[in-house]
Amino acid sequence: MQQRNDPARAGRLPPRRSLASRLMDLALRPEASVVVVAIVLVVYFEATANNFLTDANLQTLSQFVAAPVILACGEIMLLICREIDLSVGQVFALAPFIMEKAYNVGIPVPGAIVAALFVCALVGLVIGLITVHLNVPSFITTLGMFFLITGITLTISRGFPADTPNAGVLNNILGGWGYAEFLWALGLVALMHIVLRHTRWGLHTIATGGNAIAAAEAGINIDRIKIGNFIITSTLGGFCGILEAFRIGSTDPLAGGSNIMFLGVASGVIGGTAIAGGAGTIIGGLVGGIVLGILQDGFTLQGINAFMFDIIIGAAILLAMIANIQMARWRGMRPQ
Amino acid sequence: MTDARTHAHQMHGKEALRAEGIVKRFGSVEALSGVGMHVAAGEMLGILGDNGAGKSTLLKILTGYHQPDAGTIHVNGAQQVLGSVDQARSRGIECVYQDLALVNGLSIYHNMFLNRELLRPGPFRLLNHRAMRERAMEALADIGVNIPNVNLEVGRLSGGQRQAIAVARAVHSDARILLLDEPLAAMGAREAGQIIALIERLKARGDIAIVMIAHNYAQTLEVCDRVMLMQHGTVTYESRAAETSPAELLEIVRREYREMRGG
Repeated sequence: MQQRNDPARAGRLPPRRSLASRLMDLALRPEASVVVVAIVLVVYFEATANNFLTDANLQTLSQFVAAPVILACGEIMLLICREIDLSVGQVFALAPFIMEKAYNVGIPVPGAIVAALFVCALVGLVIGLITVHLNVPSFITTLGMFFLITGITLTISRGFPADTPNAGVLNNILGGWGYAEFLWALGLVALMHIVLRHTRWGLHTIATGGNAIAAAEAGINIDRIKIGNFIITSTLGGFCGILEAFRIGSTDPLAGGSNIMFLGVASGVIGGTAIAGGAGTIIGGLVGGIVLGILQDGFTLQGINAFMFDIIIGAAILLAMIANIQMARWRGMRPQ
Repeated sequence: MTDARTHAHQMHGKEALRAEGIVKRFGSVEALSGVGMHVAAGEMLGILGDNGAGKSTLLKILTGYHQPDAGTIHVNGAQQVLGSVDQARSRGIECVYQDLALVNGLSIYHNMFLNRELLRPGPFRLLNHRAMRERAMEALADIGVNIPNVNLEVGRLSGGQRQAIAVARAVHSDARILLLDEPLAAMGAREAGQIIALIERLKARGDIAIVMIAHNYAQTLEVCDRVMLMQHGTVTYESRAAETSPAELLEIVRREYREMRGG
């Protein structure tokens, strides 16, 4: 008992590690290999397509990157707790129409956005409840939701695009200005990174995916964690769709969809999030999204045709995953 | 040895945990049919029995994970309803489970504070990583567990080290009634020896009551003050460890097998 109050012990810290060891740790972080890939790609495209690092192109790039990164923030949380949301691209398309409907019945734009996000959160809640309480794998729950929401969006829009409401300066903040959507993406990445690394919610999400029994035995309500992360993902998806609607000025009932959803998942996975759950990084998702964006943008600048592009993206995802898994194996083999 | 045990028994503090007439059914299966147990501070009780004898069910009732269909539980002399793991924990009851209840992908210190995280002051309720690291090192040193770096992921530790972390976590969180589920299973002799040494140190403090579930008669008799044998959801034998032997316990179980074979 007396030992507890020993002042010498209270201040004890782990021994300082050498700079080389710290650098080695940094180099072996799951995000590190992707950062290297991103830098190599920037150098390559700047050298081969000399208009890569121009303001106009960076703006294009940022717009391509923003949506997958925002969706990745949610998908990463879900992947960490061993779930996935295939319907987030559908919520992405639905949200602007809810906003438009709300606006048309006289609710001002901020209220209309809140209403749309509320509906998205509700979709996440339903997905979560079905998955957790009826034991339907989220892959299936959200596959069903995928078609269901597509149908709802097409029904309420009658299949026609809609103009985004005009709310003056708010339009610029929400995506009108060239880099607005990317700045939102960066802000959400920062927020979700803090949630994952520095809050109980994030820690419990990792514990839920890493060892659900252990988490439950420690008193963590894993159902609540999963449902919460479904709500976060759907809400982020809806918000992203709204940002996109403000950037483009109109919204299409077939916007988003599986393409944007898979880009979001791919961003997370390329960035080092384990498909098997229990580990992941939001920053990695940002870098993963940037890599995908650079590939698309760079090859477009080089004039590679659209069919070729999917081959390259597919190969890039495979290569990134192989590198990722090899890195993880390396880290595991390192002596302590 | 016998004298030391008897002496130790006399030193036991007041009763920490008592369960009486515990019944638990899962559908049509009666897992426990009127089980009783008790353990005092500074004492160690071993619960032996085959798979399906009801040991784990009893343990999960004592930790608030399951609720009994009948029976009463007294903690430190007062009758309590252990409606959840959190409730049991708030009464000082903590279990170190067989599956270790550690998350491999998280660091040692995160595991030690899982669901009891220390937070920084302020409205954002952010994790206080630094304080958790320091307190985790203190807690490990406190019970004589030597682990150089609490930042290590638990998945990279040996089975014995992980068991030690799990025990340290329980004790550190002010558990004074410690339930150990097969703490020595799947462990080599050296690692088992380290865990036994750790358990003896905890016992010597005198303020912790320990209940251990095990398969191995010899090991259990070696470390426990008292043992009870469970069969088919009831307690069929109870004795001070010094007054019985693995052979005697084995004979009781054998007799049962013979009876069952004989029909």
